[in-house]
Amino acid sequence: MTRRATMLAVAIMVGGLIALDLAASVPPNPFKAPPLLALGSGQASGGAHCAALPPGR
Amino acid sequence: MSDATAARRMGRGTERTILILLALAAVFAVAAATGARFGLLLLIGLGFGITLEGLRFGFAGPWRAMIVRREPAGLLAQLLSIGLVAIVAIPLITENGTELIGAHAPVGFAMIGGAFVFGAAMQVVLGCGSGTLVNAGSGNPVGVLALPFFAIGSFLGASHLTWWTDLGTAPIIVLDGYDGAAMTLAGLAAVAAVLLLLAAPGSRKVPPRLWVAAGLIAALALANLVVAGQPWGVVYGLGLWAAKGAQAIGVDLTASLFWSAPGNVDRVRETILTDVTSLTNIGIIGGAFLVAAWRHGFTQPIPDLPPRAWVATVVAGLLLGYSSRLAFGCNVGAFFSGVSTGSLHGWVWFVAAFLGSWWGVKLRPMLGLEGRP
Repeated sequence: MTRRATMLAVAIMVGGLIALDLAASVPPNPFKAPPLLALGSGQASGGAHCAALPPGR
Repeated sequence: MSDATAARRMGRGTERTILILLALAAVFAVAAATGARFGLLLLIGLGFGITLEGLRFGFAGPWRAMIVRREPAGLLAQLLSIGLVAIVAIPLITENGTELIGAHAPVGFAMIGGAFVFGAAMQVVLGCGSGTLVNAGSGNPVGVLALPFFAIGSFLGASHLTWWTDLGTAPIIVLDGYDGAAMTLAGLAAVAAVLLLLAAPGSRKVPPRLWVAAGLIAALALANLVVAGQPWGVVYGLGLWAAKGAQAIGVDLTASLFWSAPGNVDRVRETILTDVTSLTNIGIIGGAFLVAAWRHGFTQPIPDLPPRAWVATVVAGLLLGYSSRLAFGCNVGAFFSGVSTGSLHGWVWFVAAFLGSWWGVKLRPMLGLEGRP
């Protein structure tokens, strides 16, 4: 067996994840998207990061 | 050149062109559907994946090389890349504290234990946070199997995070401003000096590809910070994917203090194509996929591993995900981004994970992951 099978599995895994996510999530609105760059936008950083503390801590 | 050889080359060329066009089409589709920032983040992720796989810049492998053979080249390249980011990122975050956040987290008992376990597990599967994504993208079966369990572990670790942090956590300590950048560079230089002292004779030279990779990874990490407002990370996105899966099968996320917090509720409700770490993760998988397809066209054989190796991969994948949440990040979110944005927890993570790696290197052959002769 070659990596053709595993790479196909990865492609299906990621493609399936995105398809299921789009089906289950609120539809995105590109007209309410944040500015291209966070730096200089004047907006507070709102993303989620692995270093972030749990809420209320 | 025979007609058959010419036809084969033309076929490979067409295949490669289609792959590149598909990747660019994905970037434009995400930008059009969700916003330009998110398309750009996917592009940055693709850049990470192409650089990591294309120039063989990693974390677990170089740490193993230092532990087993006292070859410091890969680790030195990591330190250089972190230093390049720190010079810009630490003062930039200090000056723009609202728009940009660092990977700042507290040191604690669970954080140290989590980093130790992560270091051991990443040597078992020879894949860290970014490495598991790259390995999966390039079709490495160990990476492909470890990835979903990494995501499940990350989800569970986040769900239990408050219990673990309540065991004892110090205040967050951050090295900021130009002084913080200078202290970080001094620390990196000191580690580099120790590595060079410990290095085996004749192994102190860093190959040119690693210098190039260190520069490219630093540039991409800074781009990530400027575009997203936060540093490069991996494990939050993986946990989010599993959280969405858990919700889809009926798990009540409101029972978790972490997943019921307003910011995380928004992330679960909205598509992963608007989540920073999800986009760069997908980009890393896609970038590694592109390079692997470009190089060998899926023809590499799958290694013959015993059943216990696959079981070990599943367990290590779960541990990688769970422990990296307790440690406030993996080799990317805690070590690379923590140190390069001035967080003390990044340095503590490095020490604890390196000690864990030392044990993980010993565990790997016992679990049958060295392959059969």
